[in-house]
Amino acid sequence: MPGAPLLLQVTGLRKNYNVPVLRDVCFELRAGEVHALVGGNGAGKSTFARILCGLTERDGGEISFRGQPYLPATKREAERAGVVMVLQELNVIGALSVAENIFLNDLPQRGGFVRFAKLQEKARRALSHLGMEEIDPAQPAGRLGVGHQQLVEIAGALAKNCQLLILDEPTAALTVPEIERLFENIRRLQAEGVGIIYVSHRMEEIRQVANRVSVLRDGQLIATRAVDEVTAAELIREMAGHDLPERGKARERSHGPVALRVRNLRSGGRARQVSFDVRRGEILGLSGLIGSGRTETLRAVFGADAKEAGEVFVDETLVMIRAPSDAVRVGIGLIPEDRKQDALLLSQSVRVNTTLSALGGGWLNPRAETATAAQFTQRLQVRCHSLEQAVGELSGGNQQKVVIARWLARDCRILLFDEPTRGVDVAAKDAIHQLLRELAGDGKALVVVSSELTELMSLCDRILVMSAGQITGEFRPGDWTREKITDAAFRGYSS
Amino acid sequence: MTFNPKKVAEYAAMAVIWLGLVLLFGMLSHNFLSARTFAALANRIPALVVISAGMTLVLIVGGIDLSVGSIMGLSGSVMGAAMMDYHLPLFVGILLGLAVGLVAGAINGSISVCFAIPSFIVTLGMLEVARGLAYLTTHSQTKYIGGAVEGLSGPIPGLGISPAFFISALVIVAGQVVLSRTVFGRYLIAIGANESAVRLAGINPKPAKIAVFTLLGFLSGVAGVFYTSRLGSSDPNAGVGLELSAIAAVVIGGTSLMGGRGSVVNTFFGVLIIATLEAGLAQVGASEPAKRVITGAVIVVAVLLDAWRRSSRISL
Repeated sequence: MPGAPLLLQVTGLRKNYNVPVLRDVCFELRAGEVHALVGGNGAGKSTFARILCGLTERDGGEISFRGQPYLPATKREAERAGVVMVLQELNVIGALSVAENIFLNDLPQRGGFVRFAKLQEKARRALSHLGMEEIDPAQPAGRLGVGHQQLVEIAGALAKNCQLLILDEPTAALTVPEIERLFENIRRLQAEGVGIIYVSHRMEEIRQVANRVSVLRDGQLIATRAVDEVTAAELIREMAGHDLPERGKARERSHGPVALRVRNLRSGGRARQVSFDVRRGEILGLSGLIGSGRTETLRAVFGADAKEAGEVFVDETLVMIRAPSDAVRVGIGLIPEDRKQDALLLSQSVRVNTTLSALGGGWLNPRAETATAAQFTQRLQVRCHSLEQAVGELSGGNQQKVVIARWLARDCRILLFDEPTRGVDVAAKDAIHQLLRELAGDGKALVVVSSELTELMSLCDRILVMSAGQITGEFRPGDWTREKITDAAFRGYSS
Repeated sequence: MTFNPKKVAEYAAMAVIWLGLVLLFGMLSHNFLSARTFAALANRIPALVVISAGMTLVLIVGGIDLSVGSIMGLSGSVMGAAMMDYHLPLFVGILLGLAVGLVAGAINGSISVCFAIPSFIVTLGMLEVARGLAYLTTHSQTKYIGGAVEGLSGPIPGLGISPAFFISALVIVAGQVVLSRTVFGRYLIAIGANESAVRLAGINPKPAKIAVFTLLGFLSGVAGVFYTSRLGSSDPNAGVGLELSAIAAVVIGGTSLMGGRGSVVNTFFGVLIIATLEAGLAQVGASEPAKRVITGAVIVVAVLLDAWRRSSRISL
């Protein structure tokens, strides 16, 4: 392999979305090599992959592919050049046949009519190439299990004259035998000289299948190492980075009794067996990789998704929460990650949005309503022209404050925040952090899910780490480090 | 009670458009501008007015109801059958007609909400079912009732306008009050704006959605009673195609088909505009096909104007 020709060379790759997400990334891939890419949330892995397969434009830097400058404007163009990505989320169209899914962009046709016999034949060949002769190309793809659907997608990728294959967490949905088969196929492709970029959280798999591994952190490529010369612990240390000395000091807040107790919560396959307590006046952080079940935990506690098992106690009393209305009744409020989709009435005024959960019944009382809205928007310093301004016209930070104001107006004492500062600028972020501290100071119990470790470490009194649907670590100020938290975040994926 | 100046301005704008239409026909035809024209207009629209008022609320929550005309026909038929075949008194006949509408609306709402089926489909089914039931109850015949029934839609002596018109105007006022002054009305607008957000705000949107369909079914029953009383007989064909007039009136009044925005008062003006257009075109001698072409074009132009007005306001 070391002697094999260079397939892909990336130098000085840059990308900014308000903040830099890729900074001068240099990366190389040889023909027949499997190069693993690891990193925590927001490290820049997906952006890097998206640029390579034409889904995102770069801001700067050089990419050369098979010795030629490479700058795909669309996914189609990248595929024509031989770069194909298999996304983590399944993109199989269930109603179409397996064969149609594999060749969706390139159906064999004559005069606009699909040549089904030829399509079946091509599909059968593509599947047998992956050693999946048992799959009937004529059957609807939706009838296959998730693992087989993933393999069908990979077959589709390979059918496109692929020279460089990008796999993003390809084993997330696969069973052990399916993983074995995937690895066999990866090795076969390697032998054919195909280069593979393998994005994964799973250290063991990387050790099994990859030749080299690169670590991304905060948009920078920190290190590239040969897989057999590096331990998982070393990789985790690289991903975590160094601790800033002023972080991690103990808070001076005093906590009251337990406000929310969650026991053995299970929901939707993503959260399994989750238990935790939050006290009044406490900010509890929920860390972990994206997809580790943090959001699902909050949504299940709040009743937004069904619980398969588990108990929720508020003020030490068992409560039955089957719908968000039950949660709100016992004083729990959720500030969801996608506030435009799940929280705000964008076309409606700040007043209407603030008071929505606090209206009671019967007649509206315009004077009381305006007073309530004014009280809480002023307290949270929402910046708006008037209470009648549409919430859709406000900035992200102010929109977030309106959602929080809604729960304060309803007098919720337990607040569940899912990525509270996503999509807000730096100044607004500080303001929201300050606000969360004040809420805790007022005796509210806060649970904060965040993908930014820095945010959690500066905000929280305690951090729980979730990994693969379970809690794998609990840390207090003073004993937490980026490395310990990162290690816990990967722990659930290692078995 | 305080008045929202923005809302008053919108009502005024709709009123001006209607008055413009009236003046236009007044110029085109000598005898259009007379008390008789307006009395006739007022006595023709009550059924459409009450249905359109309910339809406004259904559109605001993001639903639609295609079965209103059939439900109107069914409740008139039930009323006629009750009085003529079973010799029940008038008020029992009216109550049965209203009850049938209420039940049909409740079925529409419950099926669409509880099984998450688009209301378009559910009410399309109800359009056929209710019409079929109307034919079955009447054996496809118009039943003459006469006498007592006609009081509701006959002009009040000395006034020239029927009690039905005043009732329908009352329904409009009540509908607007519910929409803009009650928590229920606020929830309707919120559901239409973002149902998922409403649920996550701790409000169960289902009862409110079922309630508006039930209310519209009931109002379709009221329309059936009005229509029967105007004809003096129950007609299983009553209200054929009325759903389209109602939706057109609501949309001309500026209510969004996507939900989240609307006004019952402006729907009333929408009904006036459609009815005036019809009456005026008839008086200037337009043929039936020409009337349809013009009415259709006016609906589209009204919605275009509304969309343009809104987009220009937002860009300001």
